[in-house]
Amino acid sequence: MLAFLLRRLAVALSVVLTVSVIAFLLLHLSGDLATDLAGPEASPEQVARVRVEYGLDQPLVVQYGQWLAGAARFDFGRSFYFRESVASLLGDRIPITLKLGAISLGLALLVAIPLGALAAVKRGSWFDRAALAFCALGQAVPTFWLGLTLIIIFAVNLRWLPVSGNATWSHYVLPSVALGWYAIPAVMRLTRNGMLDVMASDYIRTARAKGLRPHTVIFKHALRNAVVPVVALAAVQFGFMLGGSIVVEAVFSLQGLGQLAWEAIARKDFPVVQAIVMLLATIYILLTFLADLLNAWLDPRIRVA
Amino acid sequence: MPLLDVDTLTIEIPTEAGLLHAVNGVSFTLERGETLAIVGESGSGKSLTSLALMDLLPSRAVRKARSLRFDGIDLMAAGRREMENLRGDRMAMIFQEPMTSLNPAYTVGDQLAEALRRHRPVGRAAARDRAVHLLERVGITAAASRLGQYPHQLSGGLRQRVMIAMGLMCEPDLIIADEPTTALDVTIQAQILLLLRDIQREFGMGLILVTHDLGVVARVATKVAVMYAGRLVETGPVEAVFGAPSHPYTQGLLRAIPVPGRTKPGEPLGTIPGQVPNLIGPLAGCAFRNRCDRATDACAAAIPDRDLGPGHRMACVLDPVAVPA
Repeated sequence: MLAFLLRRLAVALSVVLTVSVIAFLLLHLSGDLATDLAGPEASPEQVARVRVEYGLDQPLVVQYGQWLAGAARFDFGRSFYFRESVASLLGDRIPITLKLGAISLGLALLVAIPLGALAAVKRGSWFDRAALAFCALGQAVPTFWLGLTLIIIFAVNLRWLPVSGNATWSHYVLPSVALGWYAIPAVMRLTRNGMLDVMASDYIRTARAKGLRPHTVIFKHALRNAVVPVVALAAVQFGFMLGGSIVVEAVFSLQGLGQLAWEAIARKDFPVVQAIVMLLATIYILLTFLADLLNAWLDPRIRVA
Repeated sequence: MPLLDVDTLTIEIPTEAGLLHAVNGVSFTLERGETLAIVGESGSGKSLTSLALMDLLPSRAVRKARSLRFDGIDLMAAGRREMENLRGDRMAMIFQEPMTSLNPAYTVGDQLAEALRRHRPVGRAAARDRAVHLLERVGITAAASRLGQYPHQLSGGLRQRVMIAMGLMCEPDLIIADEPTTALDVTIQAQILLLLRDIQREFGMGLILVTHDLGVVARVATKVAVMYAGRLVETGPVEAVFGAPSHPYTQGLLRAIPVPGRTKPGEPLGTIPGQVPNLIGPLAGCAFRNRCDRATDACAAAIPDRDLGPGHRMACVLDPVAVPA
């Protein structure tokens, strides 16, 4: 088990490094940063001064080395636009996006896994058909529209929940529903298909031959095996939610990572963009790592692989 | 009162092409201490028959019977919960795929203990002790250390032993073994069969052995039921059926096995020409008649069930003809 962990950790680290190199190169190849920073009316001398000031005159390898050395100490430089350390800038935004993502994923899993399992057990019933219809509907509804509709119904008309902001937990309810909604159909379908496969397997027949009650057969023997692929999907979905919360953050005025990323890209704020890309990549990798661990626990056969 | 009394069991499966008559009026009885071998080729309905006894048929399949009694309990009238209480406790089943019949996510110990604790108010320690005892009984060495292992860490032979131990956890009155040796090496097959026979004698259970292997039957069974195309064509004590096989199908089956000392090297083995009939749609007459070399016009009519001797019966209109040895 320890060898498994170390191997997975080594792979994760090398992926993070690769992502950082690619992101760094892409951002530097997207245009001359010094010209953009100096502004459209700057003289060539001013551009040259900016280039030296920001260290952009150094060879790319050196620039990357400096950036990496800083990143290892959680120093991601200063934002070109906000004139603030990138680390503190991210520190303010991460909790909001993380909270939003975690609640969204939690909601999505809480709805999708039981519904998917039940749909599989009652295959072909009206419940199964309703669940599948709900899946199709879920995927067809755009996030921004759902967000606005939720605001109109629950915030404006019913006045149950706040319209926007992030002051209290109740502020996160509507955005989480809007963001989590998107993940439900995929998770539910995967759970349903997994359950259908597992319920037809020989060991489920064995479990029934032992006289086990239906709930033991379904929840102990079937769901644990069916949920293995769902874990990997959930990890990826969580990554999507963190990186793709821009729309929801905009609709609900949440000052999260998504908003920051959007502003930074628009303003060519290189250190911020690079840091966000790195952060999301690291979170992604961390998530798949956690998913692997969870799966190794769920399915002992994975531990030897 | 017999341990198991099956009277005119019928299993029908609706398909897109029509109603599939998978099992057609099968009747037999089993006493405690007896071993009944249900023999037949794939698709003869022998596995479905055994699943029907446990009420484990696929949900589409429709089970009918004039009477289906286990130790006096009417299984046709038993509700879902009553069947769940019987299964694993008083009647257990051993399946033919040891590689896939154990849950990969749980340890051997967990799956063994679960079988006992579902039906008996015993603690973990007691269930564990019973599991170790039975693993030893089925010939597994270092039994205690196996409890923490997962199925994928065991060989096929070991897994089948675990399955057998699992079936014995509650000391059932009836064990149904569906092709328990098919997936195993020949040397292991013999061990598992002898183990089943010894355990059956030791515990005085009724044992139903579903197989297509007549060698298996001769070794361990006391009674044989030969199935063909969903029907029981011949049934009786092993000595009677093997000594005086009477149904043309049984005779054909026995001709297909080489007998050491009697079959000369290079001599072709007997075969039964033709194919198993399609069981979809209405059926009439003997299902074997299109492959039978003695078939007559009478074979298309209703087939009587005839007594040939004590407990020896067959479904054929013809008078039995002794097979030339």
